[in-house]
Amino acid sequence: MTEIHARALVLAEGLSLWGGMDPSSGEIIDVHHPQLGASLTGRIVVMPSGRGSSSSASVLAETVRAKTAPAAMLLAEPDLILAIGAAVAEELYGVQVPILVLPPDELAAIPDGVMLRIGEGTVRRE
Amino acid sequence: MSSRDRELLDGTHGDGAAFAMRLVVRAAEVTRARQLIDITRAHVDSCLYHGEATLDFVQRLTDGHARVSVPTTLNVGAVDLLHPELFRGDPGVADRGRLLMNRYRALGARPTFTCAPYQLLDVRPSLGEQVAWGESNAIAFCNSVLGAKTNRYGDFLDIAAAITGRVPEAGLHLTEARRATVVLRLADDLPAALRDADVVFPVLGIVLGRRAGSAVAAIDGLAANQSEDRLKALGAAAASSGSVAMFHVVGSTPEAPTLGDALQHQAPERVELIRLAELRAVRDELSTASGDRLTAVSLGTPHASLSELERYAAMLADRRVHPDVECLVSTGRDVMAEASAQGILGRLRQAGVELAVDTCSYITPLLRNAAGPVMTDSGKWAYYAPGNIGASVIFGSSAECIHSAVAGRVVRDMRPWGGA
Repeated sequence: MTEIHARALVLAEGLSLWGGMDPSSGEIIDVHHPQLGASLTGRIVVMPSGRGSSSSASVLAETVRAKTAPAAMLLAEPDLILAIGAAVAEELYGVQVPILVLPPDELAAIPDGVMLRIGEGTVRRE
Repeated sequence: MSSRDRELLDGTHGDGAAFAMRLVVRAAEVTRARQLIDITRAHVDSCLYHGEATLDFVQRLTDGHARVSVPTTLNVGAVDLLHPELFRGDPGVADRGRLLMNRYRALGARPTFTCAPYQLLDVRPSLGEQVAWGESNAIAFCNSVLGAKTNRYGDFLDIAAAITGRVPEAGLHLTEARRATVVLRLADDLPAALRDADVVFPVLGIVLGRRAGSAVAAIDGLAANQSEDRLKALGAAAASSGSVAMFHVVGSTPEAPTLGDALQHQAPERVELIRLAELRAVRDELSTASGDRLTAVSLGTPHASLSELERYAAMLADRRVHPDVECLVSTGRDVMAEASAQGILGRLRQAGVELAVDTCSYITPLLRNAAGPVMTDSGKWAYYAPGNIGASVIFGSSAECIHSAVAGRVVRDMRPWGGA
């Protein structure tokens, strides 16, 4: 796995990529989400769970194609939909978006905006 | 893995099937499944265009000579193939959307193009059947109302399951995972009229999604034998505000004849009350516009059933939709054909209602004036339309929507809500 070094974007609430993010801009478009307008591009997105639509896999693959994808995603529970989106993006475009699961307390301890380094399935704070 | 699984993986059945099998194996790793199991049917959501990546994906399957191996239905696409003139967006996007729909059809799937495949009696699975369904509202309905077993199969994995006929034995495919761990009990302050009003179901669904997240919850306190249309509205809203793939409604859904059955006779992790104030607050949040002005009424999210179309026609009776308001109902092409045969379609069109099939008005530009305010009876439409198509929304019951469409302005009926 390639090492990833990027800034954390901690989402206050889970985000469904489909209906929640515009793949052409990388921004949050869910009007019910407190971080409406924030850009996910190049960030290590930290959220408790990917919620909502089963189309989020397509949106994740499209963000990889459109180069607006998050650098990685950190979740508190496994998310099959996002994992498959990432697997397809890697097969089609050769780009990895690691989707990692952390214990909820470790996830909650990550401050917004901090630099993180991900490699070999581990997450370290700079 | 069976010997056929290994053949699929090593390319004996073609490169497309091998790609599909790699995705199924990846899914088994993520879900920590011990083995793969057979499915009898699939419902595929991947045919909705979300950019060129969705076409690149199906191209890889087509080039690899993949075909579905179980009876497979298709979810909505980006365009109404039967009424292409309804599309009001970028013609280039319509072409790409149409191409994607046709590519999935060419893999051997049935061109149902509906988000409510459970309304097609010849394809709907029976109690206990193992299937692989995509589309969040269909997944919730399949598990909860039909009692057939599916996990949340997102885009790509749904068609991979249809091609291989295999899924990981995990999650809601297993009986123990279908147990309610949360009980949501309707509080005593809910008026009796509200407990038996159509309008409460999408609102309750939004609450269910927020409270349950991805847990299985049982709703207690509704009258028994709620209709499929109401349970559809509940599940669609719950799968919008949360990752709800299954719920129980005590006395109405097949795995919950009693609360004890829903809990599989174990203690719940938590029991919570749903009070009138919360339902009113959620109802109000679903509207992003106020006042009595409206430009359109959108019904049929998820796709209207035959009984809903019949109700709309009956409510309209001899009245017509106001000339300044567009009234659009989304449904499936098979339900529309049946409605046409029964004369319901003619009555709706006579009243000035427009019907769209194969797609939906919140995922693709169909409305003349999408900015709105658009009135809807759907919790799911209200939830997604502001972000997807930039609509301002007024949420109301189906009856309020129809009466408003006729009046040309928002008409409210607050009686079920206790007047406020």
